[in-house]
Amino acid sequence: MSRVFRVDGIHDLGGMQGFGAVDHSPSEPVFRGRWEATARALLGIVADAVQASGGEFRHSIERMEPGHYLTSSYYEHWLTGAAALAVEHGLVTRAELEARAGGRFPLSGPAHAEAVTDAGPDVSEPRFAVGDRVRVRDWHPPGHTRCPRYVRGQDGVVVRLDGTHSVPDIEAHSPARRYEPTYSVRFDAARLWHDGQRGVWVHVDLWDSYLEPA
Amino acid sequence: MSGDAHHPAPMSPVEQRVAALEALLTERRLVPEGFVEEITRRYESEIGPMNGAKVVARAWTDPQYKERLLADGTAPIAELGFGGSEGEHMVVVENTPAVHNVIVCTLCSCYPWPTLGLPPAWYKDPPYRARMVREPRAVLAEMGCDLPGDAEIRVWDSSAEVRYLVLPERPPGTEGMTEAELAGLVTRDSMIGVARL
Repeated sequence: MSRVFRVDGIHDLGGMQGFGAVDHSPSEPVFRGRWEATARALLGIVADAVQASGGEFRHSIERMEPGHYLTSSYYEHWLTGAAALAVEHGLVTRAELEARAGGRFPLSGPAHAEAVTDAGPDVSEPRFAVGDRVRVRDWHPPGHTRCPRYVRGQDGVVVRLDGTHSVPDIEAHSPARRYEPTYSVRFDAARLWHDGQRGVWVHVDLWDSYLEPA
Repeated sequence: MSGDAHHPAPMSPVEQRVAALEALLTERRLVPEGFVEEITRRYESEIGPMNGAKVVARAWTDPQYKERLLADGTAPIAELGFGGSEGEHMVVVENTPAVHNVIVCTLCSCYPWPTLGLPPAWYKDPPYRARMVREPRAVLAEMGCDLPGDAEIRVWDSSAEVRYLVLPERPPGTEGMTEAELAGLVTRDSMIGVARL
């Protein structure tokens, strides 16, 4: 059995270096083949069948082996997430998949977060207002989160309040739910990257529990 | 794919894996008939940047609509018939000569489906996601989006439930154009914020 390390996911790409130019095209087919549309459809079908939350759905892709994630196309990510959820929830077995595919069928790795038994009370009143300075928690949760690594520990300013929403870190690993306000927080790019760039602001949308007063 | 009915191209490994999962789920009666074809049809002909272009053209021609759109995007966009998944909480950000907005999703591929359709491959691939929050001025220049050196850049990382749409500047010389003609000028890239019109 291979050892599994708890690390921040490969999907959390903001600020990572060495990727080169954007392979831009002004227009392109929506699907480059029937298999892409099928992969898209199948993840939706599986997520519905197992009643996966948005967080569990995203995490099924984030748990891919990092090398596989970086060397496979977007809809191969969807296929891998769909197959992983289907196996984990007992819809199909890995042996069946590999027999049908005529070869190896890589799946996403296991989730590491503990299931949340008590999500705690909903937060209906925002703790912060537009203009407040906030600091993003500096932590490395083992499961799903929507707090990008590149803003953890960083100071920013609240620019917008967006109502309350289910906390992804909880819904990805549990039927429990907690609703909290989300905020759009503005960061000075020069302070994020220490590179002296001017006039660049990066806005990240963050749940209440990701933040503390600065 | 190359090949024809008499000599079909062999399936690639990923196509074989998709076919395997599709077959197993179909046997379990989880795949409705025609489901894949329906998804393809909707995203190829109904849901795409032609929808967002109508929103932009309306904002350019109706100042009151624009004011409401910038205050809270969701309801004014729904008035034109566009809403649903990945469009439930819309924020529209306005470009001006001094401010340029651009959208990204560093964690996955969040994108306003009802107004822009499904995101292009480059939006979902690592270079754009990694670099747009770190060196947007360089990435925009590489993509052919030249900005005045002193223009402020606002990058919006779609990390929670809001989805963003950029309202590009109305090009000069379009004063006599109808709303429909204006919509024809609006590109997908201008509403992501990687191009100016």
